[in-house]
This record gives sequence, structure tokens and C-alpha cells, in this order.
Amino acid sequence: MKTLKIQDRAPIMDALNDFISSRVVPFDVPGHKRGKGNKELTEFLGERCLTLDVNSMKPLDNLCHPVSVIKEAEDLAAEAFGAKNAFFMVSGTTSAVQAMIMSVCKKNDKIILPRNVHRSVINALILCGAVPVYVNPELNQRLGISLGMSLKAVEEAILNNPDAKAVLVNNPTYYGICSDIKGITALAHSHGMKVLADEAHGTHFYFGKDMPISGMAAGADLAAVSMHKSGGSLTQSSILLVGENVNPHYVRQIINLTQTTSGSYLLLSSLDISRKKLALDGEDTFKQVSEMAKYARDEINSIGGYYAYSKELVNGDTVYDFDATKLSINTLGIGMAGIEVYDILRDEYDIQIEFGDIGNILAYISIGDSQKNLERLVSALAEIKRIYQKDKTGMLDHEYINPTVLVAPQEAFYSEKELVALEDSVGKICTEFVMCYPPGIPILAPGELITQEIIAYIKYAKEKGCLLTGTEDLEANKINILKGGC
Amino acid sequence: MDLWYSEFHTKNVKFSIKVDKQLYSHKSEFQAIDIFESEEFGRFLTLDGYMMLTEKDEFIYHEMIVHTPMAVHPEAKNILVIGAGDGGVARELSKYKGIETIDIVEIDEEVISVCKKFLPKTACGFEDERVTLYFQDGLKFIRKYENYYDLIIVDSTDPFGPGEGLFSKEFYGNCFKALREDGIMVNQHESPFYKDDATAMLRAHKRIVESFPISRVYQAHIPTYPSGHWLFGFASKKHQPLADLNEKQWNELNIDTKYYNTKLHMGSFALPNYVWEMLKNVE
Repeated sequence: MKTLKIQDRAPIMDALNDFISSRVVPFDVPGHKRGKGNKELTEFLGERCLTLDVNSMKPLDNLCHPVSVIKEAEDLAAEAFGAKNAFFMVSGTTSAVQAMIMSVCKKNDKIILPRNVHRSVINALILCGAVPVYVNPELNQRLGISLGMSLKAVEEAILNNPDAKAVLVNNPTYYGICSDIKGITALAHSHGMKVLADEAHGTHFYFGKDMPISGMAAGADLAAVSMHKSGGSLTQSSILLVGENVNPHYVRQIINLTQTTSGSYLLLSSLDISRKKLALDGEDTFKQVSEMAKYARDEINSIGGYYAYSKELVNGDTVYDFDATKLSINTLGIGMAGIEVYDILRDEYDIQIEFGDIGNILAYISIGDSQKNLERLVSALAEIKRIYQKDKTGMLDHEYINPTVLVAPQEAFYSEKELVALEDSVGKICTEFVMCYPPGIPILAPGELITQEIIAYIKYAKEKGCLLTGTEDLEANKINILKGGC
Repeated sequence: MDLWYSEFHTKNVKFSIKVDKQLYSHKSEFQAIDIFESEEFGRFLTLDGYMMLTEKDEFIYHEMIVHTPMAVHPEAKNILVIGAGDGGVARELSKYKGIETIDIVEIDEEVISVCKKFLPKTACGFEDERVTLYFQDGLKFIRKYENYYDLIIVDSTDPFGPGEGLFSKEFYGNCFKALREDGIMVNQHESPFYKDDATAMLRAHKRIVESFPISRVYQAHIPTYPSGHWLFGFASKKHQPLADLNEKQWNELNIDTKYYNTKLHMGSFALPNYVWEMLKNVE
């Protein structure tokens, strides 16, 4: 491996180790002073953890303006991911997605994207005032999941909106489905548009063998990579990757509009150490993860009723590739909604999975898993089928409803609104989000027409036990609509 | 030389046995396996440092976990044993002529080979020709069976380690499915005495109660286990452990035992008040 020598360093970790051993007297923030001022917190989190919770200072660099160890760590990350630049992010991949969009879109600029994006994407549109042009992701009727964007649909959107600034691609979706990001990138670039990759679920594409292509390898201009998911770093830490033809200094200014000036060194060092581990052991790690996922998939498919899907979905277009480390399981065959299986797994079997929606569940498999726990999951699913299996008639299967965007998200969100009962909102324009969380993909976003079909879907999701979020009304019985609209 | 084996029964309680010598020590794929020789308890096996059995008191455990269900269901023909890498359960089962098959599922092959080498007093159970060994995760093994076994004996380690899956609701549910309609499951049920053990015991009990229509608990005194006060679980689809005890039939089998007898069988289901109350709270 050619990069081995360099990648085996972790500059932020080294600087923190040096800093601790120099026993500097702290007359700066944080006020807990290495934990001494907060005994209970120190006992709870551990002394080591509090000792490392320090402020930016010369030997430790500064996240907003990195010139030494953070810069070195970011350069190592850029090299490991095959990017021109990398930025460490401490407000989640949400902040990376927002910085990515705001780096290429301003108010009233158009951006082409699939509708099954994470809420953070549409949040960015509310913040910057860009206007979405949605490409309808095809639906797999049997599974009830939305797929990737077809190249043809993207081309159509580009030709109809030649003034659009960028195309955003999920690489992959929550379920593991990839679009032809390389083809889309070539197409977008030939029309002078930037390509943004939401890789919240794609860190491992950069390190595993036989994985779907990564955003940077496909030529994308920016990529938001959730290191804390498959990358193994701490929750809330993330990386924004920058490609050849983007000005990294402008990206940094955009990041600094919203990012904290007190970046946590726990998060930063976790990114540094995880990058090192990925660069050195990533290939092996994801080979094992793929094998575990395959084993679990085969065992679950042999139970019957469930369908744990994989690369057989690949169709060269809307499912251009599939991430086989994902354990996505369709539950409609046992007559149960994914969310019902998700709830039973947690309440009855003490097994917490990533999410359950109307027709599917996703169990997140990583290097931290053991064979023994996979057996528990498979056995619990077998038991749930034995005990709870129902007739499948009347199961709602589809997850995606094609939206009608009447007003730009920012305009709708900030306009004068009116709170009405859900059932009285049909035909009105929504000014807020409605989504099941997880997965956090909006059913309605600000500026969209509320239809009877959408209301029926929301009610069904609620009835099955989905947690509906996004609305001002925490119960999601009422919804904000545009005053005087429609 | 003053060499002692010690196990913490709680953070504040230590149990020690003077050791003559250590006969084996190796970390297998699953756990640390050690065999010691002592004057007081003979040879003993520990896994990850926890006492599994001693030559001196293993008879109590093995007789109670085997003869109690067999005296209720002497017709049992197909037996599944999960765990039990020492062979003690197989040795007791081999005393029944009516049994046709004894399937033993042990995740750690090394435990069996070590026991065969150092603990012949229990490992002799493996010599019975009705025994078939499977080196597999018990949870995985049982998934495939339906309406097949008459008796399942869960001779697991503690629920912190490789044995964890054998204390889960999915495991008990799969056992229910694997049993015939008059089948019985007995399990190593932990101890009610120290707080952490009691918590694990109650979690297991609650899950068994949720999985089986009949679920009772019985006890024995095992000197080398934490507090010495140990419980077993008796769960079945049909058989009651006392009302359906076949006292006469079992005694006619003339099985040689050192601890178990049918009078003790009845007494072992009578539990101390504090244990009753604990169990009642989760039932």
C-alpha cells in the first residue's frame, strides 16, 4: 500500500498527547478545567475524556482557521479519501451537507436532486434560498422503496433547467441503493453544473474492495461523508470532501458561517484516529462487514416471509449498484410494517436496529458487531414471524409520493402561515416538514402541495407507530399552511 | 508456594480455593479456558475466570438439571443439550436406556477437548453412542428445529460472555418451537442471592414466562457457585413439575444418584419467600 507510511500518523491525537504530558495550567475555557470543576461529570464520562476536552490553542490549532495539526490531519484525510481537500466537521453530516449546498447555490439558484433526500438537504435550501428541481426516483413496487435517479431523468431535468447550478446525488440511499454517479457527474459537468454527493451512508465506499464507486472517484465536486456511521468516529463528527474544481477557501468561509468556533477535540481526534484506521485496515474491515451482512441476509431469507435484498436489485439504471454491507429487509411478506417489527425487536427482544419504515427495516452492520449478535437478530426475526405473522392484505407498500412544489422552500418557510388540522389541509401549501424519523426523508417539505394521498399516508404511518417529526405541533395533528395560498 | 484461585462473587466478596497446580490455560476463539488441580475440590474448570465445575460438587448440578425433568417425562427420547462442554449432563442422560438421541451443541470445541483430556469424570458422558456433538452457536442450531425434541437442557455459562444469546427471549421462543407438545426445557437459572446475579436471573425468568405456558423454578445447593444458592428453570408446554412427577416409574428405573431423589424433587420446588416474591414480580 503506497500511502501506508504517511497514513499511519494521527497529528491531532499526537498533539493532544503532547499537550497532556506538558501539564499546562489552564486559565482558559472550558470551565470544568480538565474535569476538576465537575466531579460527577468526570466520574460519569471518565477522567481521560474530560482531560481531552480542551479549547483551541496554538499547539492544537483552530478548526475555523487550520494551519498546523488540524490542517495536517485534514490533508491526510483528503489523501486517504482521494480528494483535493477535506474539512473536519463537528455538527454532524447535516452541517457538511448544508456547507456543500451553500458553497454552490445562492438565493434563487436551481439545484437538481432526488426527492428522497435527507431533511438536511432541504434545510439547506431554506437557509440559502435555492430552488429544488426534483427528479422522481423510481419506485420498487414490491419493496416500497424509492430507488436512485435514472440517467435519463437527470438528463431531462438538466435540459429543462439549463440554468441549474448543481446536481445532488445520494450515494447511496439509506437502503443502500446507488445511482450512476459517474454518468451523472459527466453529464452535469458537460452542462457546467457541479455535482454534490450526499455520502452520509457511504464512508466505506472509499476504503472497501468491490464497493460501489465513491463520490470523489466518480469526479463529484463535493461530498459529505458521515464518518460516524461506517467510519467509526464519534457521533456528530463528519467530513466534507472537496474535489478539483472547487475553491476550498470559499468552502471554508461557508462552513464558518454556521460552524462553532469551539470545535470539540473529542470529535476532531475521533475523526483523525478513525481516518488512520480506515486507511490502514479499511479493506479488511469492510470485507468482514460485507461477509457478516451476507451471512445475516442468507439466514434471514431462509426464514421465509422476509426479503433481505442485495445486488440482485441492480438494473443498470435506477439501481446502478447496491451497497452489500447494508442489511435492508422487507417485512411486508409477513404482513407487518417495518416499523412494527422495529418496535417489537426493541420492546420484546432488546434489539435496537437503525430504522423501520412502512415496508422495511434496516439493521446497521459494522465492525463492532459479533457473530453472536447476528444470531440474536436472525433468531428474533424468526420468532417475530412465528408469533406475529399476519395476513398481508391491506398493507400499504409505497414510501414515495411524487411532490408538487408550488413555492420555493425558503419562501414557504418564512411566509405568513396558518395552523390547521391535518384533515383540513388538503389542497393547501405546506410551510413545514412532515417526516418519519428515522429515516428523516420528508413526506412533505415547505412549499409543497398537500394532497389527500399524502394525508392518508401520514395517518397510516402514525397508526403503524412511526414517529412523525418536523411539524410545529409535536403530535403532528395540525399542520402549518401558507396563509391565503391556493 | 501459596497458590490460590479466586473469583469475585461480588465486588466485595471473594471466593478462593487453594490450588496445587494449574493443568491448562489457553484462550480459545471464545473464552479463556483454565483447568486447576486442588486438594479440596479436585480438578476444576473455569471459563473467563468463572467457576464452571469442580470434581467434588459437579454431581449436584448435573443430577438436578437432568433427573428433575426426566422424572416428569421418563419417556423422553430425543434430547438436546446446549452448552455442557464438560460432558456431565451427557453422563447423567446416558443412565436412561429409553433415550434414543442426545444432541449436544457446544460453541467452543476446545472446551470439549480440554475436558476430555483433564476431566474424565464428566467427559465420560461423551462416550455414549447416542451422543452427537455439534460445534455451533446454540441460538443458530435451534432455529432450524420444529416439534422435534422431548427435552432441551440449557447448560449455559453466565449471561455475560459467549452464553449471552442463551438468555434471550428469541432463544427461549425458538426452544418452545423446537419442543414437541409434551416437551420440557430446563435451564441453568442463575442465583437469587447477590444483586447482579438476581437481576440476570429475573430477566431470564421473565423471558421464559413470556415464552412458555408453564414456567417454574427449583433450587439446589452448589458450594462453589456464588452464594451457593442456585436455581434451575423448568418450563414446558404441558407437564407440571410436581403434579406430573412419575415418582414410581422413575424409582423403578433404579438410577444411581448421589444427590437427586424424588422426595428432594418435590422439595426443590419449594422456594424461600424472598425468591417467591422476586419471581412473582416479573411473572
